[in-house]
Amino acid sequence: MLIAKPGLDGHDRGAKVVARALRDAGMEVIYTGLRQTPEDIVEAAIQEDVDAIGLSSLSGAHMTLFPEVVRLLKKRRSGDIVVVAGGIIPEEDVPKLKRAGIKAVFGPGTPLSVIVSFFEKAGKGA
Amino acid sequence: MPAKASRDSVRGLVDSLLEGDKRSAGKLISLIEDDEPEAVEAVTRIFPHTGRAHVVGLTGPPGVGKSSLINRLVRAFRSRGKTVGVVAVDPTSPYTGGAVLGDRIRMADTGADPGVFIRSMATRGHAGGLALATFDAVRVLDAMGSDLVFVETVGAGQSEVEIASRAHTTVVVEMPLTGDVVQTMKAGILEIGDVYVVNKVDLGNEDVLVANLKFQLETRDGWTPPIIRTAALEGRGIDDLAAAIEKHASYLDQSGGRRKREVARARLEILENVQRLLVRRVSEGSRSGRAFDKLAEDVAARRLDPHAAARKLLGSGPTTAR
Amino acid sequence: MRDEDERKVLEKELKRWEETTLREALASHPERRKEFMTTSSRPVKRLYTPLDLARKAGGERLGEPGEFPFTRGIHPTMYRGRLWTMRMFAGYGSAEDTNRRFKYLISHGETGLSVAFDMPTLYGYDTDEPEAKGEFGTCGVAVSSPDDMKVLFRGIDVGGVSTSMTINSPASAIWAMYLVMAEDRGVPWTKLRGTIQNDILKEYQAQKEWIYPPEPSMRLVVDTFEFGSKQVPGWNTISISGYHIREAGATAAQELAFTLANGMEYVRWGIDRGLKVDEFAPRLSFFFNAHNDLFEELAKYRAARRIWAREMRDTFGAKKPRSWLLRFHTQTAGVSLTAQQPEINIVRTTIQALAAVLGGTQSLHTNAYDEAYQVPNEKAARIALRTQQILAHESGVANTADPFGGSYFLEALTDELEEDAYRYFDRIGDLGGVIPAIRKGFFQQEIANSAYRYQREVEDKDRTIVGVNDFVVDEQTEVEPLRVTEASFKAQVDRLRKLRRTRDAKKHAQALDRLRKACEADDNTMPFILEAVRAKATLGEICDVMREVFGVWEEPLLY
Repeated sequence: MLIAKPGLDGHDRGAKVVARALRDAGMEVIYTGLRQTPEDIVEAAIQEDVDAIGLSSLSGAHMTLFPEVVRLLKKRRSGDIVVVAGGIIPEEDVPKLKRAGIKAVFGPGTPLSVIVSFFEKAGKGA
Repeated sequence: MPAKASRDSVRGLVDSLLEGDKRSAGKLISLIEDDEPEAVEAVTRIFPHTGRAHVVGLTGPPGVGKSSLINRLVRAFRSRGKTVGVVAVDPTSPYTGGAVLGDRIRMADTGADPGVFIRSMATRGHAGGLALATFDAVRVLDAMGSDLVFVETVGAGQSEVEIASRAHTTVVVEMPLTGDVVQTMKAGILEIGDVYVVNKVDLGNEDVLVANLKFQLETRDGWTPPIIRTAALEGRGIDDLAAAIEKHASYLDQSGGRRKREVARARLEILENVQRLLVRRVSEGSRSGRAFDKLAEDVAARRLDPHAAARKLLGSGPTTAR
Repeated sequence: MRDEDERKVLEKELKRWEETTLREALASHPERRKEFMTTSSRPVKRLYTPLDLARKAGGERLGEPGEFPFTRGIHPTMYRGRLWTMRMFAGYGSAEDTNRRFKYLISHGETGLSVAFDMPTLYGYDTDEPEAKGEFGTCGVAVSSPDDMKVLFRGIDVGGVSTSMTINSPASAIWAMYLVMAEDRGVPWTKLRGTIQNDILKEYQAQKEWIYPPEPSMRLVVDTFEFGSKQVPGWNTISISGYHIREAGATAAQELAFTLANGMEYVRWGIDRGLKVDEFAPRLSFFFNAHNDLFEELAKYRAARRIWAREMRDTFGAKKPRSWLLRFHTQTAGVSLTAQQPEINIVRTTIQALAAVLGGTQSLHTNAYDEAYQVPNEKAARIALRTQQILAHESGVANTADPFGGSYFLEALTDELEEDAYRYFDRIGDLGGVIPAIRKGFFQQEIANSAYRYQREVEDKDRTIVGVNDFVVDEQTEVEPLRVTEASFKAQVDRLRKLRRTRDAKKHAQALDRLRKACEADDNTMPFILEAVRAKATLGEICDVMREVFGVWEEPLLY
C-alpha cells in the first residue's frame, strides 16, 4: 500500500497513523513523505506495484491533485490500482471525487478499522 | 492476487521489460516475490538477459545512513549518465506480518527520475536481512537495462554475509560512536567488504574508527579495501565513494574476479534452490512427504540414524553405519 | 509547605477516609473505569489533598501574579487591568477577500488581527508558480508581493491595531512587506505592534513548513531579533509555538517541553550572535494549544511560566523582569473538533477557551465549529468570537487573577508537568541539543508515537469522542461552504503580473543581487530584504535567492 501526501500540505499526523495501522494489520506499507507531485506518487505506485494508494490532504487542494493521480495511473496502464482519499474534504466534493475515480473518501473521525478493512479488501483484488 | 498476473502474460511482461518498461518490472518483481505459479517461467525468461548490471550491496547497522548514502550515490551515478536500480529491504514485523518500508522516502527526490527504479521489499520472515526475492528483483532490474543496482539490507542478523556472496561490490557502512566507548564491529565484517565507509563524519570523532579499520583491513587477491569518509546528509565524500565503486568494478573486470564471483554465487544459489525444492518436496502431503514422515519416525525410534536418513532421502540407497 | 507532624495527621486522615467512607461507597458503587486519565493519557487520582501540595518543599513555587516566578500570571492585575486580546486567525482567497473578513471581525469586536496565509505563501511560492497549482487561497490568504500586502490592510489602522502573522520560513520577507506597507502609509515603525510566528524549529518537528536547513534558518530568525530590537521595538519577532506540536499528536508534557526547549535554543543563538539577552528576550512570545482537559491545560500554562522565568533568570542571567515573562497567545485545539455533529464543537471550543483564560493567556483565538470542513464561514467565525466575549463579560472568570491557584489538583499537576518537562530537557541534552535531536528525528518520533497511541485509545473506546465513537447519530450535516473563487484567483494573478511588468527592472535585479551577497556573507539580511521588497521583488523571488544560497532541507524520515 502506498500512503501519499500530494501538494504542499504538511499535516502528516493522519497519514502516519494510517500507515502504522495498516502495518499492524499485516500489510506492507510505503509512506511517500511530504510534498509529492501526482507524478511522483504514480511513479512510486508503479515501481512498487502497490494494490492501493491512500491520498491525504487537509489544505483544500484535493480537487486539483487527487483526480490527477487517477488520470496519470490510467495513462500508465495502471488504472487497476485502487485510489482512496482522506483529510479535510467537504461533503460536496465527495461525489465529484468518486466520479473522478476515487473509490472511497474517509473524512475526519472515520474509525481506523473501517479504513484498514477497505485496504485489506483492495489487497485481495476486490 | 491471481487476477493481476493473468491480465498480462509473463511473456508479454518480459518482452516489455527488455524494452525498459517500468510497469512490467514492477509486476514481474511482485510475481516473483509472491511466489506465483508464473514466477518460475518469469525467472527462466529473464535470466539470459542478466549479467550486465553491476550489483552493489550496502550493509551496516541500522541507523548508520545507508538509505541516505544510496540516495546520494544514485544522484552521483545519474550525473555520470548511468541508469540505476535500487532494491531496499526492510524487516517484516514478526507479530503482525506487516511492514513499513521506509527506505524509499529517503530517496524521494530521485523517485521520479526516468533513469531510476526503486523497489522496496519486506523480508517476510526470511532471516538474514534480505528478502528471498531480493536477488531475483535485482535480475529484473538488470534485464530492464540498469547499469548499476544497489541493494540495501536491513543491517541486522547475517545480512552482510548474504549480501557479500551475491553482490559484485560490497560496501560496508559504519559510523563513529560518540563518547568514551570502545567501538567493536561485528565478527566477520572485516572480511566481507570491498569498500568501507565511515559515515556521519559531520559528527566528528571518526579518526579512531578509520585508524582501526586501516589497521585491520587486509589486501585480498590484490584488492585493498579503501576507507571512505562521508557525511551523506551533507553530500560530502559521495564522489569519492562513487569513484571507489567504479574502481572496484574495473578491478573485477581486469582481474577476472567478476567471473569468479559469479561462479561462486551460482554455486550458492543452486544449493539454496536445492534446499528449497527439497524442503518443499518433503513437506507437501505427497508421497515424498509421507516417505519423509516415515524416515523421521524411524530416526526417532532409533531404527535409523539421521545421516543415513538424509542419504536415503537423496536416493543414495540404504546404508550401514558410518 | 507542611512540617512532618501535620503531614502525619493528614495522612492518617486520608487513610481513615479510604478505609471507611470510600471503601463502603466502592463496595456498592464501583467506579466507571479502572483508570482515569487526561487527554494526554496521564493518570488522574480520585482525590487530591494538601498532601499533594507538599511535593516540593521550599523555593519559589507560586509567588504573586506579576512577580517571579509568575506562576499565577504575568501581570499583578491580570484581566482586571486589561482583557486578553481577542485575536481571530483569518485568511482565505485573495487579499481582497481577507481584508473583508478582517473588517467583519473588527466590527464584531475582535481586538487584534491575525493573518493566515495559504500554502504557497507559507512555502515561499508565488501564486502563479507550478508548485502552487490547486493550492491558492484554500487555507489562508495568498500574499506574493508588497502590493498584495497593501490590499490586505486597506482601510485598517495598522498604527493602532496589533497584527499577528502566522508565517515561518518566509517570515522575514513577509514582515518586510508589512513594514514597507506601513512605511508607504507614513506610519513609523516605532508605532507598530504585532507578531511574526517565525518559529522554524517547530516546523522541522511538527508543522513541516520548512524551506532551508536549520542553521541558515536560525540565522534568519536571529536577524529579525537584532533588527526588531533596534528598529521595531513594539514587535514580537517570534512566537515560539507548541500549538502545532500538540496538533501533530504530542501530549501536554511534550508540548510544554519541546516548546520551551526550542525557546531556550533561540535564546542561545541570540546570545551567540552577540546580543544581550535583555535586549531581545522581552520580545520573545509564545503560542500554546488549549486542548480538552481543562486542568491539565491550566497546569501546563502555569508550569510554562514558572520554568521560563527560572531559566531566563538563573540559566541565561537575564536581569530585567520583562525578560523573565512568558507572554503567550493561545488557540483552541483544532484537532479536537469533529465533522460529526459540528454544532457541538462550539461546546468544545468554549471549554478549551475557558482553560486558556483561567490559565492567563495574553491573547486568544477560538476555533469555529466548521473547522473539520473548511476555513470558517462568517457566521461560524462570529460565534467563536462571541464565545470569548461571553467568557470575558458574563462568566466572572476575569474578575480575579489565577482563580484556581491553590487547588490541590492543579498545583499537583503543575508540579508534575514541570518535572516531566525537565526530564525531556535532559533527554534532548543527551542527544546533543535541539537541532541534533531534530536531525535524529527525536521529536518527530515522540510525536508520531503519541499520535498513534491516542488513536488506538479512540479505536479501543478507551477514550470517548462524542459523536465519533459514541453518541453517534446518522445525519447529514449542513455546513455553509466557503469557496475560493476563480475571480479571486484571477485578481491575484493579474496583480502579480502587473507588478512584474511595471517595476523598475534594473533596481529589482540589483536589489536581489545585493540580497544574495548579504545571504552569502554575514550581514543581517533584514535591510536587504527590505530593499528587495521596496524594489517590488515577489515572495517567490526572495525565497528563491535564499534557496540557492542556503539550500533546501531534506527531512530525516521516521515514523
